[in-house]
Amino acid sequence: MTSPSDAPGGTKTPQVAFRDARTLADPVFEVGGLSVFYGDHEAVRDVNMTIGRQQITAMIGPSGCGKSTVIRCFNRMNDLIPTARVAGKISYHDEDLYGREVDPIEVRRRIGMVFQKPNPFPKSIYDNIAYGPRVSGFKGNLDDLVEETLTHAALWDEVKDKLKTSALSLSGGQQQRLCIARTIAVEPEVILMDEPCSALDPIATAKIEDLMERLSREFTIIVVTHNMQQAARVSHRTAFFTADVDDKGERHGRLVEYDETIRIFEHPADQRTEDYISGRFG
Amino acid sequence: MSAPEKGRRRSAAGSPGFLRRSQPRHGEKVIKVLLVAASLVSVATTIGIVIALIPPSMEFFRHVSFGEFISGTEWSPLFKPPHFGVLPLVGGTLMVTLIALLVAVPLGLGAAVYLSEYADPRLRSVFKPVLEVLAGIPTVVYGFFALKAITPLLKDIWPAGDGPQVFNALAAGFVMGVMIIPTIASLAEDSMSAVPHGLRDGAYALGSSRMQVSTRVVFPAALSGIVAAIVLGISRAVGETMIVAIAAGGRPNLSFNPLEGMQTMTAFIAAAGIGDLPTGSIGYQTIFAVGALLFVMTLVMNLLSIRLVRKYREVYE
Repeated sequence: MTSPSDAPGGTKTPQVAFRDARTLADPVFEVGGLSVFYGDHEAVRDVNMTIGRQQITAMIGPSGCGKSTVIRCFNRMNDLIPTARVAGKISYHDEDLYGREVDPIEVRRRIGMVFQKPNPFPKSIYDNIAYGPRVSGFKGNLDDLVEETLTHAALWDEVKDKLKTSALSLSGGQQQRLCIARTIAVEPEVILMDEPCSALDPIATAKIEDLMERLSREFTIIVVTHNMQQAARVSHRTAFFTADVDDKGERHGRLVEYDETIRIFEHPADQRTEDYISGRFG
Repeated sequence: MSAPEKGRRRSAAGSPGFLRRSQPRHGEKVIKVLLVAASLVSVATTIGIVIALIPPSMEFFRHVSFGEFISGTEWSPLFKPPHFGVLPLVGGTLMVTLIALLVAVPLGLGAAVYLSEYADPRLRSVFKPVLEVLAGIPTVVYGFFALKAITPLLKDIWPAGDGPQVFNALAAGFVMGVMIIPTIASLAEDSMSAVPHGLRDGAYALGSSRMQVSTRVVFPAALSGIVAAIVLGISRAVGETMIVAIAAGGRPNLSFNPLEGMQTMTAFIAAAGIGDLPTGSIGYQTIFAVGALLFVMTLVMNLLSIRLVRKYREVYE
């Protein structure tokens, strides 16, 4: 038997070196009173948060707390779910993301997304990278762009001799890094990552985390994760979500606490955060 | 804790042979035999038809050289002197099939893309069954529709010249195309809907429009099913008999002019088959020779399409 204080994810984890918090003075997103409905069901209720530029914001919380729903609001992926409806406001550089004139396709070219399960297209490695530039009408030299992008994503050395082979021949971790590379090929400002490592082994996860850390110098990254260690390791700020169950038994996700990662993990203000971080529930 | 008591017929762990079957399961064997028999019926029928085609066809080619049959341009096997050049029938079949495909492939695939990628799920749940009802209309109805509605309509709206004859390949091919739209649309839609949603999400997240997702991601991934849908459509068009027998006339014609009447291979088989040809006569054997050729043509087309699909499709699993 291990004592509770040794449990993974406990508050006393000296091996984690927290990253310095950065300023929120130049925000990319400002979320105000955001609620998301699926049909009549309010899946997430009243979220307020500010996302800073060129830093990693982690969203953690138990299953069903709405963190994936929230991250899909940032590039309007929820538009693709017929019953989904968004209330409240998300500003992206002071522009209302859900404004009437806003084209979701334009939004997604600036705000890319990486998904839980690696989803490379069943095309060649080259064509996976070239896909985004091609659909957005890229006119330059694709060969150079593909090489630059793969180098940038630290994947070039592993795939340079097999650019024409199917992306599905890669390992799961390589596929996920290819999906990240595919995303940065369109030069977005923001990369959303919805549990990017949950289907990967620890070594592949470490490589993705390295990549995230390097990319955070140029990109603004929001990552949903189930892995609290990961949030502690890579993020500058952490948002803790949980779900309230109402008298009809329906779950409503809500944001409990949002702060610098070091504060969330070492001095959480809310008892529920403390309980979750220390592994007492979730 | 072992729980063999409580009325269960289970021998105690460790007793000799305790893992052997405790009660016989005869029913399972019977069911397996019945299921094998059910699947064998269709295979056996196909093999039986092929075997039945061979002897009369061989007999036919003892009288008529294969070269004359396959390259001759005159088909009049039941007249004197008989001519056994099958090209007019093949030409009629190809002409009508081509017209049918020109109608059915764009409309069928368009409908499939709409239903799979654009339509609201509620609309799709109404639309698809309606489309499939269209596939259930008897072909004799389509045949008269071609003869009595489409041909007169074509004559009325024809801008210049004489317009189509009473029996013509154009009306028959057009109506046949309408007939196979549901086959192509429904099968193509099934295979497009089966493309994993993760691929669409990935494409949308890179800033693709709906059309780009449909044509660049979903279509290539669903290609094998789409080609299968088109091949099935072609097979139905090549094998369709009633529409062409009614609306395209019964005169073998190698003109490739869609405004003229022409006889297809199937229409010849039907016309000759319901006549009173004596068994064993050369006329009787022609039916089998044409039937065998029809079979070979569809077989070759299926094999070609399999190779084509292997080469171009994007396997997503």
